[in-house]
Amino acid sequence: MVKDLSVHLCGLRLKNPVIPASGTFGFGLELADSMDLNVLGGISLKGTTREARYGNPTPRIAECEGGMINSVGLQNPGIDVLVNEKVPALRKVYGGCVIANISGFSLDEYRECCAKADACEGIDLIEVNISCPNVHNGGMAFGTSATSAAEVTAAVKAVCRKPVFIKLSPNVTDIVSIARACEDAGADGLTLVNTFLGMRIDIIRRKPVIANKMGGFSGQAIFPVALRMVYQVAHACRIPVMGCGGVASARDVIEMMMAGASAVQVGAENLRNPFACPEIASALPALMDELKINSLQEIIGTV
Amino acid sequence: MIAVKTFKMVLEGEGAVDGEFIDIAIPGFYLRRPLSICDQEDGRLTVIYKVVGEGTKVLSEMAVGTELEVLTGLGRGFDADACREEALLVGGGLGVPPLYLLAKELKARGKKVTAVLGFNKADEIILTQEFETVCDQVAVSTVDGSVGVKGFVTDAIAALKPDYDFFYTCGPMVMMKVVCTTLEGPGEASLEERMGCGAGFCYGCSIQTKSGPRRVCKDGPVFKKEELTW
Repeated sequence: MVKDLSVHLCGLRLKNPVIPASGTFGFGLELADSMDLNVLGGISLKGTTREARYGNPTPRIAECEGGMINSVGLQNPGIDVLVNEKVPALRKVYGGCVIANISGFSLDEYRECCAKADACEGIDLIEVNISCPNVHNGGMAFGTSATSAAEVTAAVKAVCRKPVFIKLSPNVTDIVSIARACEDAGADGLTLVNTFLGMRIDIIRRKPVIANKMGGFSGQAIFPVALRMVYQVAHACRIPVMGCGGVASARDVIEMMMAGASAVQVGAENLRNPFACPEIASALPALMDELKINSLQEIIGTV
Repeated sequence: MIAVKTFKMVLEGEGAVDGEFIDIAIPGFYLRRPLSICDQEDGRLTVIYKVVGEGTKVLSEMAVGTELEVLTGLGRGFDADACREEALLVGGGLGVPPLYLLAKELKARGKKVTAVLGFNKADEIILTQEFETVCDQVAVSTVDGSVGVKGFVTDAIAALKPDYDFFYTCGPMVMMKVVCTTLEGPGEASLEERMGCGAGFCYGCSIQTKSGPRRVCKDGPVFKKEELTW
């Protein structure tokens, strides 16, 4: 029997729910020679700010049991290069859902970048990152209080016609209150979760492994916590949720969707295996058959 | 094992054999281990690595015939065509292996090749015999003076005064910095950095260069001397 893998997000139809998460797939172009990108339901592009950024000093990567810590620090070429060069180039080889991921250090910066992303023809959806743990006085600072999360949401919604998803941080006491504040401020959807603030120490050198000391922990180890947060938020809000955090298999995708995710992002797993997303997407039909699922859209939030 | 804590591994299988390094998945470890290619022949790849942590320890204990999942064809390597007639290779410790493949490529192009190889002490010395069969001239330095010139590669270069029109270096960052900032003429250095994806899309291994940020895994690991800021 033919399986329907398609899902709907704010009026957009994705051929399947599998989306590489921002920061784990570059601008898509880096992998265009290695795979057919069109097997991906969407691509969330690398986090972009107003100006070009080099990011944090190296080492930026630390290995952990069941995951890894990154402290890239929003290295990106700036919003103008994104909309004028990266997205048009990606559009030549990719027809699925293109998600711009926008970060900022002030409301003005979020507003300006989101307006430019909104005006860019090749971008379908805007994901606003208020949860980057690797920059100071920006990023996560906006995502750890309901008031500032709502302020960013309202500011960007005022300049966007395209669907706006707010990407939430798990480094909070009560993610539901922040999710609801974003929904009340007009968010069209939510992506959760970003990475968990973490740290490793090199016991021989007696120094942190990461040059910036701390970074964002991601990978299979965070899956149960991410799933719990997706479940809580999806049940507390009416807007769609993109589930993210430790997803590494087709089974994880199904589990995230049953918890309430309308689409599922795959992050750190791409760094272990650049072909993770296509492999997960191609494994879905057989698993659906095994579980007697005909349409993925039907299982969203059924648990 | 070919020297203290240092192992040689030969891989065979399908896939590209070009590229500067490979990225090996080690069961039980989250991230891959990037290793530079020492030699390639008849579809076989040789890598030489040192046990520095748990991952390389597990790798070193694997039985011959073990199947590994490996990404190949990664990185931009040395430009063997940048040398006109005479090349100087400067290697330090575990930076020596990738220069061996380069030495063979340079000889295949008919260049004169001098190799200066530095190690801490005698029991860490690797590949000097292999270099001697390929290169026109080989000098060795050891920090403790147990073999060759006592001191660093720069001391061996000062003693040898080799003729060259282009140099290639790979080794500890501090050694490459001294080599690139003191040797005259153009050259290239192969850098090392902790990597995430190894294939250019996670931006975990970026360095600042004179022409902006560059990814060690994709834009490098080999960079022109004049690009590097140290």
